[in-house]
Amino acid sequence: MLTVEIVNKWMELFYEKISEKKAYLSELDTPIGDGDHGNNMMRGMQGVKDGLEKLENPDLKETFKAIAMALISKVGGAAGPLYGTAFLEMAKNCEESQAPADLFRYALDGIKKRGGASVGDKTLVDVWTPVVDNLGKDELVVEVVQKAAEGTKNLVAKKGRASYLGERSAGHLDPGAVSSCYLFESFIEAGGIK
Amino acid sequence: MKKEYGIVIVSHVPEVAQGIPKLLEQVAKNVSITFAGGTDDNEIGTSANKIMEAFESNEAKKLLAFYDLGSAKMNLELAMEMSEKKVNLYDTALVEGAYTAATLLEADVLLKDIEQQLEALKIK
Repeated sequence: MLTVEIVNKWMELFYEKISEKKAYLSELDTPIGDGDHGNNMMRGMQGVKDGLEKLENPDLKETFKAIAMALISKVGGAAGPLYGTAFLEMAKNCEESQAPADLFRYALDGIKKRGGASVGDKTLVDVWTPVVDNLGKDELVVEVVQKAAEGTKNLVAKKGRASYLGERSAGHLDPGAVSSCYLFESFIEAGGIK
Repeated sequence: MKKEYGIVIVSHVPEVAQGIPKLLEQVAKNVSITFAGGTDDNEIGTSANKIMEAFESNEAKKLLAFYDLGSAKMNLELAMEMSEKKVNLYDTALVEGAYTAATLLEADVLLKDIEQQLEALKIK
């Protein structure tokens, strides 16, 4: 069950991973995008950190909402509204259930609605979908997440900036799938599925 | 007296968003046109907050919105969910779509007829 404590720890770890990997994320984004995914995510996570620090004794809903608003207003690229929508959906539904399997399902539905992407389009949906499916079966481990992100390499992009490259987008990892991989690695490390 | 419908332009680039209304104003002096370009820090990108401001500062209560690339549409939709105004979003080529709408709004053409003409400019 998700608690404010776990979510705070999760965001702390995600902030650290983005700080470490921001150059790599932007590098991934260079051949098939606009080369700014790492910097955008860093700006977003700085906003999340500042936003969470400002809260006083927040409940889970306020915590998710602060994360969503920071990502929506700070990221700048497509990742902002997509990750922002994911956390907004979790904020909307966390009174009903605190189970990650349920909340991530709402988040994934929100991401798909916002971006219009399906499985196989070479986007973060290709990571979020197996995560949600495996959480439902209590089988989520880091390897599942990493394998899903690596699986975007051979796909041809149908959505996002990479789609303008058509067939030429194959052979590159999707940066959004990789940042989602860090998000779920952080989630597992924070004790989210215990 | 401004027209019933206004136009909102959203681009990743502040200068692009700023420039397009200049082109439209030549043919649509009575249409309220507002814009949102770049992120909150004026970097390349889009901002749901800036788009909200463009909705609110538009003199019209009903808006036609045009945008350039992917994330602009997502931020537009987020802003639409937060705004009280009635916003119609068009997946047309940005400049041509907005110019067509401006010209027709100035000429008091009905929205349904404008939309029919915009259909041909849909590229996204």
